[in-house]
Amino acid sequence: MKTNQELFVQQHKKHHRMILILRILLIVCFLLLWEYAARKNYIDAFFFSSPSDVYHCFIQLYQENNLLNHIGVTLLETICSFFLVILLSLLVASILWHFDKAAEVLEPYLVVLNSLPKSALAPLFIVWLGTGIRTIIVAGISVAIFGAIISLYTAFKQTDPEKIKLITTLGGNKKQAFYLVVIPYNIPVIISNMKVNIGLALVGVIIGEFLAAKRGLGYLIIYGSQVFKLSMVITSIVILCIIAMLFYGGLQTLEHHYKKKV
Amino acid sequence: MKSPYMVLEHISFSYHNMQAETIALSDISFYVNKGEFIAIVGPSGCGKSTLLSIIAGLLTPEEGKITFPDMKDSSKPQIGYMLQHDHLFEWRNIYQNVTLGLDICKCKTSENLEYVNEMLKDYGLWQFRHKRPSELSGGMKQRAALIRTLALKPDLLLLDEPFSALDNQTRLYVSGDICQIIRKEKKTAILITHDLSEAISLSDRIILLTNRPAKIKSQIPVKLSVTERTPLKARSAPEFNDYFNLLWKELADEDQSRTICTTA
Repeated sequence: MKTNQELFVQQHKKHHRMILILRILLIVCFLLLWEYAARKNYIDAFFFSSPSDVYHCFIQLYQENNLLNHIGVTLLETICSFFLVILLSLLVASILWHFDKAAEVLEPYLVVLNSLPKSALAPLFIVWLGTGIRTIIVAGISVAIFGAIISLYTAFKQTDPEKIKLITTLGGNKKQAFYLVVIPYNIPVIISNMKVNIGLALVGVIIGEFLAAKRGLGYLIIYGSQVFKLSMVITSIVILCIIAMLFYGGLQTLEHHYKKKV
Repeated sequence: MKSPYMVLEHISFSYHNMQAETIALSDISFYVNKGEFIAIVGPSGCGKSTLLSIIAGLLTPEEGKITFPDMKDSSKPQIGYMLQHDHLFEWRNIYQNVTLGLDICKCKTSENLEYVNEMLKDYGLWQFRHKRPSELSGGMKQRAALIRTLALKPDLLLLDEPFSALDNQTRLYVSGDICQIIRKEKKTAILITHDLSEAISLSDRIILLTNRPAKIKSQIPVKLSVTERTPLKARSAPEFNDYFNLLWKELADEDQSRTICTTA
């Protein structure tokens, strides 16, 4: 006979297993349906490719076109822009928190820069910085940075004023209030901000590679579409999906780890 | 005659916004003796917390001044401030929370830490020092908050309704605990409360404030013929009810005057 607690645990685990199975089933069904439709010519495999085509294309790219190099370049660029975005946005948001007046003056500029479609800036970056990895990283940063600054600054401002008052009553200054309260209080916000920014950095990097690269997955996509090798395009997209998933999973683990600690 | 510990003279303070000026305090003058426990009672929203913030130096009065006659060259004593909620940080354990003030003043000397350890042991938190605040009861959290305040060895303690977030039973225990601690450590204290029983049972003198703009309505010295000033014992003192009725009447007058003001 099982206790109610054991039954609850069992049911909880069962529920999670069920969800996982359904998730896997969904993707497997999708792939099978896609393959089937392509083979039966319900869809034109030339335009829509098929899982087996993607697989062959993957092997071919790996053997002949140095696929790992392309993936590596995109990864490197994304990680660089991601970390620079996190670093810069934390830095700027902290400075704005310390200097209310500066924040008030800069607010409309930040909002405009944030709403600006960043792809419009890419041609400028190419002229200024050339077509190397630098341009791509700057493009990645430009997509995420302004939104990151705004959301971090807003979160910092919403820190419980009573907790800051506590630091003041204990004789602390503004700087101490910042690293004793504002930062630890906002760790969850910083992590969720990271989740948004890793996606945006990837978007920026791919836009950059579309326009200015000779390597990377964005380049493969553009090249594939120009020579009408749509399998190459779809393979690159699938790889991008996997990269995004891995990044997201990594941050999820970080968040989980933090929640466990507190 | 011995000079008082702290003197407030003609303190006034207003809050400003674009629409209007709200006078919170008007011409408040009183003194506090060393080691005295003062309770400030008044209608809610009358400006009690503003007064405490001014004493703590968080706000500057628009008029008037606060002096400490015993202090040389108009310096201020170390002031401890206890807020309404404990505000213990969830990202620090209890020990890290109570030593927060020492972290801030960078004075984690072995002497100060020894004092903190002693208080943790005396007030029953020693075995909980590695726990997170959420694992403690409301009363324990409030005691931890007091130790955090006392760790800096303040001469003057300001208590801004520190028990109002607790349920009634815990409140009796904790207010008794905390006041005994304050008396044992021989601190001068000012307590803000809207609970009349609490004011009578804990304090040596009650200062009653009027509605906004707050003025001093009356000052009532409290003398109870009990040996121990625990909240429960104080409530059984023969004088307790007289004080209660007196305060109740004064506050009721205040309520009436407000009703008349608003209807006029």
